[in-house]
Amino acid sequence: MTTDAFEIPNLTLALPEIWMLGVACLVLVVDLFSGDRDHTPAYWVAQLGLLSAALITVQAQWGLDVTTFDGNYVADAMAVVLKVTVLLLTFLAFAYSRDYLRERGMLRGEFYLLSLFSTLGMMVIISAHSLLVLYLGVELMSLSLYALVAMRRGSPAASEAAMKYFVLGALASGMLLYGMSMLYGATGSLDLAAITDVAAAESRLLLVFGLVFTVVGVAFKFGAVPFHMWVPDVYQGAPTAVTLFIATASKVAAVGLFIRLIGEGLEPLHGDWQNMVLLLAVASILIGNTVALVQTNIKRMLAYSTFNHIGFIFLGFVAGSAEGYGASMFYAVTYSFTVAAAFGVIMLLSRQGFEAENLEDFKGLNERSPLFALVMLLLMVSLTGIPGTVGFYAKWLVIRSVVDAGVMWAAVFAVIGAVVGAFYYLRVVRLCYFDQPEAEGGPQPSGSGGFRFVLAANGLSVLLLGLFPGALVAVCMAAFG
Amino acid sequence: MIEQILFYVFAAVLIFAATMVITARNPVHAALFLVLAFFNSAVLWIIAGAEFLGIVLVLVYVGAVMVLFLFVVMMLDINLARLREGFVRHLYIGVPVAALIVVQMILVLGSGAVDPGALPDATLPIPDPAETGNTTVLGGVLYTVYVYPFELAAVILLVAIIASIMLTLRRREGVKHQDVAQQVRVRKEDRLRMARSFGGSGSTSTGRNDNEHPDR
Repeated sequence: MTTDAFEIPNLTLALPEIWMLGVACLVLVVDLFSGDRDHTPAYWVAQLGLLSAALITVQAQWGLDVTTFDGNYVADAMAVVLKVTVLLLTFLAFAYSRDYLRERGMLRGEFYLLSLFSTLGMMVIISAHSLLVLYLGVELMSLSLYALVAMRRGSPAASEAAMKYFVLGALASGMLLYGMSMLYGATGSLDLAAITDVAAAESRLLLVFGLVFTVVGVAFKFGAVPFHMWVPDVYQGAPTAVTLFIATASKVAAVGLFIRLIGEGLEPLHGDWQNMVLLLAVASILIGNTVALVQTNIKRMLAYSTFNHIGFIFLGFVAGSAEGYGASMFYAVTYSFTVAAAFGVIMLLSRQGFEAENLEDFKGLNERSPLFALVMLLLMVSLTGIPGTVGFYAKWLVIRSVVDAGVMWAAVFAVIGAVVGAFYYLRVVRLCYFDQPEAEGGPQPSGSGGFRFVLAANGLSVLLLGLFPGALVAVCMAAFG
Repeated sequence: MIEQILFYVFAAVLIFAATMVITARNPVHAALFLVLAFFNSAVLWIIAGAEFLGIVLVLVYVGAVMVLFLFVVMMLDINLARLREGFVRHLYIGVPVAALIVVQMILVLGSGAVDPGALPDATLPIPDPAETGNTTVLGGVLYTVYVYPFELAAVILLVAIIASIMLTLRRREGVKHQDVAQQVRVRKEDRLRMARSFGGSGSTSTGRNDNEHPDR
């Protein structure tokens, strides 16, 4: 296509992204001109913008499978599911972190602003249909996240975390870009569909060469073992509000990145990347579980156990089938909502000058707040994967897809990993219910009524989805037709 | 022939300059070697027919970015020797890994996988670069075919502005600064005081210095 044959792009297809950009710019202006110390107008504009963006996404893109902007942008069912998830997770992150940030004097308009831009970057990744757009989306997401981690300027831990995140993230971007340049060289096109066609027509060594670097780059962004060094430090050093956002929304976006770039774009090379992904999955489950066992800081424990779950998500990719991707997507969606609630409880128990981030702080939570002890119980049981909660179905779908792909030993390994994971998740439950609180009584739940309501609803949704998982499973499977 | 000779000369200088960037002891020298590296890569681009990119590289990186770099290096007096302390200590793990990757890359690239004849022609959304200038062609596609990535790049720049302001702007107490809005809003009554000195007692000594800001 040349400039002579240029068509005006179908802008209504890309309405969700355009809307989000508009909301972010509106928040920028509203926050600048409102004298409110708590940034209340910015908060409500952002929250309403996120919810309406989710509605617009469903309205504009569900059931379609078309590209626009000369093949740079794709709107399909998978994009809808992932985008709505990312938008709702951002909504939850804002709702949970408002009190937390206000008490620490960190509540600034830029927190909303950068999170919204990061969300926009995630949406761009999820709907990207060319290497260029994928890369720009990754950069937009990451740059905002680096700044968010460094938000607490006075804290050496936050600065160190931001520095590590930035340097390793830049390295990962370099790897990704190098791999993409090789893919471009081998296929002569930036368009993912064209790359798939060329890759299917003939096998080239150069394509595999590029594939290796892109897998490394994507694994870095996921935080999969052995590219995981930055994750625990960033989780611990960043303000909990930002950790929540990184741990949930960016993982969902990374699933989109993997499926777009490697799952769909390099689908003909499935035989080549299957073993790489399998290796990443097994290493992630192994390292994640063994190191999480000995953590005493709950944020670090959640960071290491993240590797376990990333391992499961990668196991879903191994099959390379629609069922596998659907299972991975279901896993990522349910996992991120569960972890969002877990971080919400941590923030609920934290108060000014005190971070409830050690496991001891959860001792005897049942006596202080039966409701949130119950929420914590549901979350931990779901993360373990015990039947009755949504985590069980997520693990079951992934393991079924692995068995279908004929990699029996990996399935057995994953089940063993889940059993090991039960130890440190159920330890939190034991602390909440059967241990006596420390002498001073332990941290009390704080926070406004709205925060408590959303958090309780989020926790109970884990149970509800576990009892009636059919609809969400159907949506995730339908996303891959 | 002459093109090849030029290429190898400039490529050799480029590699030398790049090595010096990371080995030079003096940070100012390192920055200047980076300028040299940029110049040489710009020449390589122009040889390859991408004259717009070559010129932009010199204008943006040498003209703006590197000058800022030099400012920062000179103003902050960064001790580069301390930054490099771990360099030798971690060499025993870094060198084998780097060597392994290089050997693997040579094995792949040396197998003829990147033979120019074996690669497909790029499907460019532009007319033949030989017919029109590189700059004209870029101008033609930037706002049409690549409008979506172009706008995204603009958003990334906006994020960079917001993030840098958030991370560096701090309001400290007791810093002398001008508030233009307040200066403009000042009324006559704030500054002028009618001195009643009819009695000849010369009591202006209790008066305020009118040059002072009313709030101080």
